[in-house]
Amino acid sequence: MEYINQMTLIFESHSINEGFARSAVAGFCVQLNPTLDEITDIKTAVSEAVTNCVVHAYPKKRGEITVWVGLIDREIHIRISDKGVGIDDIEKAREPFYTTKPSEERAGMGFTVMESFMDELNLSKNGDRGLVVEMKKKLACKRAVKVGGGNVRL
Amino acid sequence: MQVNAKVYQDTLYLSILGELDEHTAHYARTAMDGQLEKDNFKQVIIDLSGLDFMDSTGIGVLIGRYKKLQKRKIPIFISNPSNQAEKIFKMTALYDIMPRIN
Repeated sequence: MEYINQMTLIFESHSINEGFARSAVAGFCVQLNPTLDEITDIKTAVSEAVTNCVVHAYPKKRGEITVWVGLIDREIHIRISDKGVGIDDIEKAREPFYTTKPSEERAGMGFTVMESFMDELNLSKNGDRGLVVEMKKKLACKRAVKVGGGNVRL
Repeated sequence: MQVNAKVYQDTLYLSILGELDEHTAHYARTAMDGQLEKDNFKQVIIDLSGLDFMDSTGIGVLIGRYKKLQKRKIPIFISNPSNQAEKIFKMTALYDIMPRIN
């Protein structure tokens, strides 16, 4: 698969980076001319995934979160990975309202939100530690995309 | 993130401004609870017109406030949600416990 543009962010699991990550990803995706709703969907999904890393993957000690974004024409691919505690039962974790921390007023809707705001959601183990969240979104309208110094691809 | 409060004719209006996520949730909870502890109102309207962003952490915050008010039988309503907040509310059936009003 040939991406027209890619970027990678690596940052520590501080909660303040939730806002940084979603804004940075949104800023990167703007070059595909998404609608405001599409950008908001992407921001929300990224926020959910990064929040999971901050809260669940690294509950005690801060760790590294990697966010990769690849663009192909009208498609946005996002991969958010951590090297934290991981999830034993991934299918269970995907269920709506499932949370391991009910006492902290958590809704347990993170993966459900990612799933409905994006077109595809795939979860897998990151080797023996951590989780990889892969999401894809197709933008609705075909628009001109400018890359590489003004080449226009339709 | 900022929470503004005013009481008018037995209604407590809470405006949530800025971005509500895991990072700002603690502040939002504390600021809202500070107002909800008072007893000078009979219903609560949460105005989201100034909310720029919210993820599912916001649902946890709202349900937490609902549970506190439920014990005192005080109803709580949502007004002016963004399209994005509306999507999350519908997904989580939040309006079943906190109806939307205009």
